[in-house]
Amino acid sequence: MSTFKFTLVCLLVGAVVFVGGHLFGVGYLFFAGYTILQFVALSSAWNILGGYCGYVNFGSAAFFGLGAYTTVFFYKFFPLPIPVLIVIAAIVCGVVGFGMGYLTLRLRGAFFAIATLAMAVVLQTLVVNWDYVGGSRGAYIVRDETVPIFGFSIEYIEYLFLLMMAVSIIAIVISRTIARTQLGFGFASIRDDELAAEATGVPTLRLKLIATTLSGALMGMAGAPFPYYIGYLQPASAFGLEYGVNSIAMPIIGGTTSWIGPVVGAILLGSLQQIATVTISSAVNLLIVGLLLVAFVVIAPNGLVGLVQDRIKAWRRK
Amino acid sequence: MDLQVELLINAVVAGLLLGGFYAAVTAGVSISFGMLDIVNIAHPAFISLGSYIAYIVNIQFGVDPIVVSIVMLPAFYLLGDAIYRVYYLSFEKRGQESLRGLAFFFGLLFVTEVTLILTFGVDYRYVEASYIGPSLHLGYVDFPLRMLVPCVTALVMFGALHLFVTRTFTGRAIMAVSQDQLALQLMAADPIRIKRIAFGISIATTAIAGALLIIIQPVEPSVGREYIGRVFAICVLGGLGSLPGTLIAAMLLGVMESITATFYGPSWAPAVSFGFLLLTLAFRPAGLFGR
Amino acid sequence: MSPLLHVSNISKRFGGFVALDGIELEVQQGERLGLIGPNGSGKSTLVNCICGTLQNEQGAVHFDGAAMDGLAAHQRTHRGLARTFQLPRPFHSMTLADNIRIPMLFTAHKRSGPLHADSVDARCVELLRLVGLHDKARQMPRDLTQVEMRKLELARAVAAEPKLLIADESMAGLSHSEIDDILALLRQLNERGITIILIEHIMSAVMSFSQRLAVLVTGKKIADGKPEDVVRNPEVVRAYLGE
Repeated sequence: MSTFKFTLVCLLVGAVVFVGGHLFGVGYLFFAGYTILQFVALSSAWNILGGYCGYVNFGSAAFFGLGAYTTVFFYKFFPLPIPVLIVIAAIVCGVVGFGMGYLTLRLRGAFFAIATLAMAVVLQTLVVNWDYVGGSRGAYIVRDETVPIFGFSIEYIEYLFLLMMAVSIIAIVISRTIARTQLGFGFASIRDDELAAEATGVPTLRLKLIATTLSGALMGMAGAPFPYYIGYLQPASAFGLEYGVNSIAMPIIGGTTSWIGPVVGAILLGSLQQIATVTISSAVNLLIVGLLLVAFVVIAPNGLVGLVQDRIKAWRRK
Repeated sequence: MDLQVELLINAVVAGLLLGGFYAAVTAGVSISFGMLDIVNIAHPAFISLGSYIAYIVNIQFGVDPIVVSIVMLPAFYLLGDAIYRVYYLSFEKRGQESLRGLAFFFGLLFVTEVTLILTFGVDYRYVEASYIGPSLHLGYVDFPLRMLVPCVTALVMFGALHLFVTRTFTGRAIMAVSQDQLALQLMAADPIRIKRIAFGISIATTAIAGALLIIIQPVEPSVGREYIGRVFAICVLGGLGSLPGTLIAAMLLGVMESITATFYGPSWAPAVSFGFLLLTLAFRPAGLFGR
Repeated sequence: MSPLLHVSNISKRFGGFVALDGIELEVQQGERLGLIGPNGSGKSTLVNCICGTLQNEQGAVHFDGAAMDGLAAHQRTHRGLARTFQLPRPFHSMTLADNIRIPMLFTAHKRSGPLHADSVDARCVELLRLVGLHDKARQMPRDLTQVEMRKLELARAVAAEPKLLIADESMAGLSHSEIDDILALLRQLNERGITIILIEHIMSAVMSFSQRLAVLVTGKKIADGKPEDVVRNPEVVRAYLGE
């Protein structure tokens, strides 16, 4: 299926989901759905660098938080429509992603991972100390009740849901397109054996920089609408560890070698967490995520998608 | 001017004492990352675990936290041994350490932290001991005992480790396994067993480090996270696998953080260690004393 | 005629250990050069310095008339320098065909312009056929035997359409017939115009293959000339048999 057709299918599915939810009128579904879509975007973005290239990024929260605080900055400085903010966040985080890559991509995989963690904390500390965006006191974002779209008037949360749907679709389409092009082959060769890749002519540094820039930009886009979603933003929630662990756990549990894995992981794990938060507690749901991550990493390294693929192969051989 | 100098000297002293403690915290990672090439980012979570165990026993039975940690050493050692077995079977054997191993330890970090939250809640906990509170005074320099005692304990532990690694067969085998596994095998030592022992020791150090931590400051479950960056920063700065280098780097970092906190405020302190780590990684990954 | 490869005064240290000490080496276009030396003599280090995997501290590498200093490994590969690794390093998550596709996409087409998808596929199969692996094109590297892995390694290096191929111990641990297999392949490549540096321990193979032989001992080149002469050089004999 060509990229164009795939995009159309995604848009169609998205439209169906949205219209269905709107007609059923269950507000909570949009809140929960927003969170899940956010994770779809974050997981797909993480997987571009982590799954395709094999470079583990522990600092997803940094880009997410940076995207969120870009929004806060403009809210205080000069309010802009959210789609514009998403684009700005993409640019800012893309640049930061490029910079981080340039400083750290010459390092071995383990050092790179630690450096990303360090970066996340440094960014968080900078934001905590930056009073203009509220610092550790936090920032309030006031939002409208309803938003006019094509003559209809929809709830604000539905508007946010649509925006996040758009961001997720962009992330998925980019993720899938990469996998089917020369870039995807290059990434895979870096993951399999970077030294051999370099020796066979793959410009490894350049490709890795592309991956960090894209990955960072997409994560920033996922973070941009967050302040409007949550209403009151504190550094601890924007840079929270749950974003870091989920953006790693979801692709690993879903499967890191394709674009589908992160989506599957995000939808399954995201839904599970929503249910657990509501029925038990939010701490328990994080515990479940952690346990699942450990279990899958040890037992099923290729994630759920990998398990399904193995099943299909075994069935075909019969 | 006098006040500034006095503040500076006290900051430096506090930094050195803190640095000694940081060395104890980092000793385990110096072994697991520096010598075994295992990125155990869950290390600080085990320190938290050590802190909480010291807390429970101290509150229930009034036992000194350091004594508790010494008693807990075998248990932590076995924990490290068990974790290494899983790590080895799942990852090292298959040669997939990088992504999966990291994710594994990240998951462990998370599970440990959340379990602590569920068991103890997010309130700060602290221990009672006779040396928490009073300070030694030498002129205008303060030596708070709650920092001095951990620092001394840390140095003792560090010294013991250094002796072990340089004087015993097992210890030297651990140094060797990081450099040449094949040669080690030819010397009739099983590298896997050596690595298991090393990792066990690495986790055992967290028992003591945890007790020291809760003496120095009140503890809550996520306190370990601040230490991830510090620990790896010190490790890298000191040159991987070099225990003396780690000690010096730890002192250096302690002093820098202390001066920053004194003159610029404590909210900047985390940025110091992580920022330093980033700079080191970017410009001199072999560390100040590295090979 | 100026040499295809000119290594002048290359030195490389690792901390206090001198791995290479003032190496001078020239390779002419179309030549078959053998490079031998005891373990630890610096052969692989030399290959790494030539190919850009490691940076030499002193000296220069000139290839095809251009200076290679400062160029990354992949850039040198683009210029026509290819190498295999002592321990084969295939891309383990890809099929054999895709392993060949990588250098083709990233190197070969740089010189001949963008290739059509079908012609890339055809070239992959043709290269696998050259090494006798075309019926395993869809299989994964982990299903291969040792000698097949070595052949894949060579095929992948050739896919980059190199002018110079450095074969680093491609025959270690192989049986006699497998060694002959690889030798025949290398000869075939040489006949197609690819200059070859063969690094080996197996003396029979090196002697029958090389037009010229160079010997490396503890980082220094101690001999360079016709194989029959080099083998009788007293210093070479001493290095291999001891005092």
